[in-house]
Amino acid sequence: MDEKNLTRLDKEIIKVLQGDFPICEEPYKVLAEKIGISEEEFLRRIKNFVEEKKIRRMGAVLRHREAGFKANALCAWEVPPEKIDETAEIMCKNSAVSHCYDRTTAPNWNYNLYTMVHAKSRQECDEIILKLAEQTGIKNFQVFYSKKEWKKTSMKYFCE
Amino acid sequence: MRELTTFEKSLLNFLQKSIPIDSRPFARIAEELNTDEKTVIEKLRELSSEGYLRRIGTFFDSDKLGYQGILAALQVEPSEIENVAKFVNSYSGTTHNYEREGKFNLWFTLLSKDDEQESKILSEIEKCHGVKKMLRLKATRKYKLNVQFKLQ
Repeated sequence: MDEKNLTRLDKEIIKVLQGDFPICEEPYKVLAEKIGISEEEFLRRIKNFVEEKKIRRMGAVLRHREAGFKANALCAWEVPPEKIDETAEIMCKNSAVSHCYDRTTAPNWNYNLYTMVHAKSRQECDEIILKLAEQTGIKNFQVFYSKKEWKKTSMKYFCE
Repeated sequence: MRELTTFEKSLLNFLQKSIPIDSRPFARIAEELNTDEKTVIEKLRELSSEGYLRRIGTFFDSDKLGYQGILAALQVEPSEIENVAKFVNSYSGTTHNYEREGKFNLWFTLLSKDDEQESKILSEIEKCHGVKKMLRLKATRKYKLNVQFKLQ
């Protein structure tokens, strides 16, 4: 765990960054002022977080349904352990795949590779999934299309 | 929702990739897109109020901040799905919760501080009225995490 290496100021910075990013000329200055440090110090520490890979990305997330991606499927694949790296590599190359994780199995549940696939329509999404199956040679898989979003949020760290 | 203009699409594509870590980030973006800072800021405020942007901000690596994650799949009695979904949502560590087609009809991701907190929450959810079965699927390797939607 790296958490013990985080200072109180680090946690203050993380807390202020996980709120809304101000859309104005000097957004970092606005955030730095909230926690009482200089903009230079704030920018320097953010760059450190990026280097340490504590920050994955600064950027925007679209409401993808509104942006036209209406078909979203979670696919569970049963991949022989010795083929998992090469299979994942093929899946990751496809830009329609946003997530690709190797996961533990469960009793009567042998699926070990999980991908999220996004497309404009159900037909297009089905075609992408079939193509992935063909390219990887994985025949055993299940597709779970999203029906309703009950929650999608970013974690609020260090708020408990 | 209206059709987005070419400029709006390039702005959103750029912004999904990154926000410059710079005193004037929107001026830097404007330079890349051959426009000015004021136009970028006004356009972003507009797109944000129209609901295209879920969020602008910072995405942390939860592992590196000392949190652990799990994906859980539930088989829920269809008549109980709303109650169960709301119960799952009540935990602040629940970051995604989707109703899906199929035998396992509710899937959620949960972030916790440690194994103890995680199993306590999952057991409470498993006992919820209407839950028939739960799969606990722990990530052992993350090959890709890149949620960007290229607008064309």
